[in-house]
Amino acid sequence: MSTSKRSTIIVEHLRKQQMMESIGKGKRIDGRNFDEQRPLEIELDIIKKANGSARVKLGDSEVIAGIKVSTGEPFEGLEDKGALIVTAEVLPTASPHVEPGPPDEEVVELARVVDRGVRESEMVDLGKLVLVPGKIVYTVFVDCSVLNADGNLFDATSYATVAAILSAKIPVLEMQDGKVTDTGKTIPMPVTCVPISITQVRIGDAVMIDPASEEEGAMDARITISTNEEGYCALQKGYTGSFTIEQIKKAAETARIKGEEVRAKMKELTKFGQKE
Amino acid sequence: MTQTRNLIDENGKRTDGRTIDQLRDVKITVGTVKNADGSAFIEFGKNKIVAAVYGPREVHPKHLQQPDRCVLRCRYHMSPFSTDTRKNPAPSRREVEISKVMRESLEPAIMLEDYPRAAIDVFVEVLQSDGGSRCAGITAASVALADAGINMRDLVAACAAGKVDEQIVLDINDVEDKEGGADMPIAYMPRLDQVTLMQLDGKLNSEQFNECLDKAISGCKMVYDIQREALMQKYFGNETEVKEEQ
Repeated sequence: MSTSKRSTIIVEHLRKQQMMESIGKGKRIDGRNFDEQRPLEIELDIIKKANGSARVKLGDSEVIAGIKVSTGEPFEGLEDKGALIVTAEVLPTASPHVEPGPPDEEVVELARVVDRGVRESEMVDLGKLVLVPGKIVYTVFVDCSVLNADGNLFDATSYATVAAILSAKIPVLEMQDGKVTDTGKTIPMPVTCVPISITQVRIGDAVMIDPASEEEGAMDARITISTNEEGYCALQKGYTGSFTIEQIKKAAETARIKGEEVRAKMKELTKFGQKE
Repeated sequence: MTQTRNLIDENGKRTDGRTIDQLRDVKITVGTVKNADGSAFIEFGKNKIVAAVYGPREVHPKHLQQPDRCVLRCRYHMSPFSTDTRKNPAPSRREVEISKVMRESLEPAIMLEDYPRAAIDVFVEVLQSDGGSRCAGITAASVALADAGINMRDLVAACAAGKVDEQIVLDINDVEDKEGGADMPIAYMPRLDQVTLMQLDGKLNSEQFNECLDKAISGCKMVYDIQREALMQKYFGNETEVKEEQ
């Protein structure tokens, strides 16, 4: 998925130098502050055939998430719970560096980190998505497609997933004569909280949120931290560099504060909690 | 994760009899794979893991070569017989992700710039799995790299901490991983004070988060001592016994 604009070692090096100069002056190369996110836009219900959907733009990164609900067997060891699966794909439209084909390890990581944030927060009340305990449960697929990649796909994809879940209406299914029957009615997805992921990168000694593609090209290390209303629920350090313990504790604090802000924005944009 | 029973009893003992600050038994043997340039076998609780290092060697395919540094490649793999129910031998998405984070956790320790146009391959095979196999794998891989004579800035030691029965505990085992509240694996270079791997599954408040991080780091330091002892044992035949406990 190499989405950064790295071309040669020399250009990479020069660009990094320029970025470091700018960072030394307390500004990022696109003029943002270290704790400033790019504009976030969320559009809901853009795919009518899906049970829920959202298009998220975070700067120039654009992701569509669609939800399809069906029924199936529960996961082993989770017999009394519905199944929730989040997938992600970086489409060949996303950047000149993406080639069609099976997902590479970066895309696998993206999907798993987004899935983990939603799963560990227990956002969806999976206990309510059971038809016949141990036999038949609702299966909820959240499939995400990255249409355009300009950095921080972790947060863009995570926001698309969360927005799609918040807006989803799931069909009310019943068991009649041992068969799953669609009653034709729908109910909102049972949601308990709103998890928000905040990704930060370290370039030299500076740590900043929501990296654009260019900044990812110069980053030393990355950390994605998900919080819900109560606290932390998932974290993933990525890329080849490292963090000090102090940097991690500070990043965790930033993720909590910024997460609150984005959560408020997410609730406003999805009209969550304001029942129609 | 729903918890169905108490994982810490009234005496503060865990399901395997440990206290909340106690590491499982860790034993590292250096140089167990004869053909490899470096290797280590680790027993970390019930985990039994082999790590083998080949390289620096020529890169195949050639286009992966880097003119200014070495390419590090990592494979984390679980044997079909390593788990409760047979694991399909094809690499799962979980293994793909762990291979990636494992590579990224080792890279900061290796002086890649010393071996331009070469590759170092690290193979980690989980023969028997317990909780915390990624941490045990990283710990063994780091020792195997040192055994291969690769130039390194520090050893990478890894250990997890987690939340069980609302208490923060060191080095969670597989029961605690499956039924407990949170799991935070960490890899750390003690000499350089750098965290090279960090993940978290499960809910923690701010206070618990910091406590968990500090506890995992203390575990990494214990593991670091065991790694050093194991290397000393092989290279200096040190009469001090390889520590089996923290």
